[in-house]
Amino acid sequence: MNDFLMMNPVEKYLRQDRMPHIWCPGCGIGTSLNCFIRALDESELNPDKVCVVSGIGCTGRVAGYVNLDSYHTTHGRAIPFATGLKLANPELKVVVFSGDGDLIAIGGNHFIHAAQKNMDITVICVNNFNYAMTGGQYGPTTPVSALTSTAPYGGYQMPFNLPKLAESAGAVYVARWTTYHVRQMKKSFQEALAKKGFSFVEVISQCPTLYGRRNKFRDGLAHMEWFKENSVVKDHPATSEISLGFRTYTLVGKFLDIERPTFLDAMNEQHSHIREHHK
Amino acid sequence: MKPEQDYVLTGTHFFKGNDAVCEGAITAGCRFVAGYPITPSTGIIERIALRFPFVGGAFIQMEDELSSSIAITGAVWAGSKAMTVTSGPGFSLMMENIGFAAMTETPCVFVNVQRGGPSTGLPTLPGQGDMMQARWGSHGDYAIIALSPDSPQECYNLIIQAFNFSEQFRVPVMFMMDECVAHMSERVVIPPAEEIDIFPRRYTTQSPETFELFRPGPDLVPDMVKAGDGYHVHITGLTHDEKGYPEITPECQAELIPRLINKIRFNEKKIRIVQRDIPENAEVVVVSYGITSRIVTRAVDMARAEGINAGVLRLIVVWPFPEEVIRDLAGSTKAFVVAEMNYGQVSLEVERCAAGKARVSNVPHAGGTVHEPEQILFAIHEAMR
Amino acid sequence: MKNETKKKVSQKSRGEVYITRERCKGCGICIKFCPSGVLAFSEDFNSKGFHTPIAVKPEDCTGCNLCSLYCPDFAIFAVRGKKSK
Repeated sequence: MNDFLMMNPVEKYLRQDRMPHIWCPGCGIGTSLNCFIRALDESELNPDKVCVVSGIGCTGRVAGYVNLDSYHTTHGRAIPFATGLKLANPELKVVVFSGDGDLIAIGGNHFIHAAQKNMDITVICVNNFNYAMTGGQYGPTTPVSALTSTAPYGGYQMPFNLPKLAESAGAVYVARWTTYHVRQMKKSFQEALAKKGFSFVEVISQCPTLYGRRNKFRDGLAHMEWFKENSVVKDHPATSEISLGFRTYTLVGKFLDIERPTFLDAMNEQHSHIREHHK
Repeated sequence: MKPEQDYVLTGTHFFKGNDAVCEGAITAGCRFVAGYPITPSTGIIERIALRFPFVGGAFIQMEDELSSSIAITGAVWAGSKAMTVTSGPGFSLMMENIGFAAMTETPCVFVNVQRGGPSTGLPTLPGQGDMMQARWGSHGDYAIIALSPDSPQECYNLIIQAFNFSEQFRVPVMFMMDECVAHMSERVVIPPAEEIDIFPRRYTTQSPETFELFRPGPDLVPDMVKAGDGYHVHITGLTHDEKGYPEITPECQAELIPRLINKIRFNEKKIRIVQRDIPENAEVVVVSYGITSRIVTRAVDMARAEGINAGVLRLIVVWPFPEEVIRDLAGSTKAFVVAEMNYGQVSLEVERCAAGKARVSNVPHAGGTVHEPEQILFAIHEAMR
Repeated sequence: MKNETKKKVSQKSRGEVYITRERCKGCGICIKFCPSGVLAFSEDFNSKGFHTPIAVKPEDCTGCNLCSLYCPDFAIFAVRGKKSK
């Protein structure tokens, strides 16, 4: 390994023996991970107590590259695994890092239930609008009329609006950025990590090899330039106003930041009350 | 090591099987349960919900069995002993994550209170039709341990054994009850804590620099860690090397999968628990497990009263299957009769191991109620002809 | 694996950029989004066949580290502060 590499504070968070990673040239997952690591490094958190849990898919490979306690679980089940980790040891800081298909399709039920319980975990969803790992099939966030391998004539299903879904299920922190908005993304990650309760950050990402290539984005850089030109930052709009269309503007920003008791708060309060009164 | 004394309800109780499972799990050190209500297992999580605030455990009713079955693996990796409970339809949903637990060598316990199947079947009535599923239910090659209690007392004793096996072999263990044993109330004697042995989690003593999470010891089983201790482990359901890193190659597969199977198969003698009442020169041996074994006892008494030299072999650990026991017996006895509340599952194993040296017949039963002793006696007569 | 550093330092620069050429996949994002125009594609390529960035105007590097934040491959980062040679 070259001598200057470890001057980068990010490097100690990477499994050096597994680099370089498998993501395509220009893929946004690497950028999201980069921002996340920087957010972690600049936080007060002890890396030994941080766990990263991911599911299956391109974004799901994040767990394999972070030099933390990391768990690459079954498809859609990262959130319940994270729930088990957190409830068994509340001192752990548990982060779920997974993709749109994994978290919202097969994992959708667990997503809404963990939000409803206000489980104290941070969920980062890299949304590249398709199932990339398996070749670019459509998923729950694919915009109408987009081309994917299983909708070769264009998709016709209304996609989910993830911030709205998270908010209505009960999340306490909701934000959305694109991979162009690296500084804001890092800041949101910092806030989400510090936040108690179910915090959700959606990262809109390019997928140069599949979704991007099929939908007229020349390469990863071109897609990011498109994010730059077509993103609108709004301060606390209603989540119902921020649906994503196909090749239309993308509303980004922090949409929700509220307080309410977490599952553990409520459970512990009840348990101590019961123990008091049933001596 | 010994259980935490404060939480062991030493004394004589009148417990349902479901209650006994809850108490045995607490004795064994289980402090995390994730479950989903399903008849006839629900009584277990209801009692867990009552008891856990007083033993410092965390219980969560998840949104389904899919999440329950993986939440327990998360809890194990955070340092808890964990269990989930279900019945047939939920067991089917849990299969992918049982495979994940086997592949990542996560010690945990899955309780299946069997009911009539398949599909929604007979929710409130007994069955034993999930026995092959317990062994083979998830895709791919792997091995598990499965136990079958025949009474509430055994529910208490054997759930502790199940947790012990899971820790000793870093493997998910299937606890195969049935509706009868779950709902019947019987005398359960809980001994003092110091008379009970708990197998502690085999945490490594190596430092994070040298430790490899999937490098096995001489018994083919690797040591464990927990999150937060600085080991920065990685676990994945993908085929992986000794560090736990994915390696998608036939060579890695050839290293990992045989070990997952052999750590159970080669240690079968240490795991084997059977109960034998087999006189010398027994002409027929009746094989059974769980609730059916109690009817078998009656049937064999009836047979012996008629002068038939019949023996009883009760399987307490059903998987790994005690092949050697059957092979030995096949040399001396003329026939095996396998009585189980299904249309022939464990009987296939008996037949395989008897290898033609003794006749094997079964007493099929579609489930919903236990056998009549006369049915088994009839089968004994048929086997003698 | 060969890793080269390409850095030129002058008394005026406030930042220094380091490039791990063998990790680079030639996506061009850092080059495009560097606010000071420090980077450009190299003529030659790394062992995987990608043209990597090189600092063509290192004296303009402010050490803002945007390149590092953007890079999907952890192949570039900057360090702030004057460096004397």
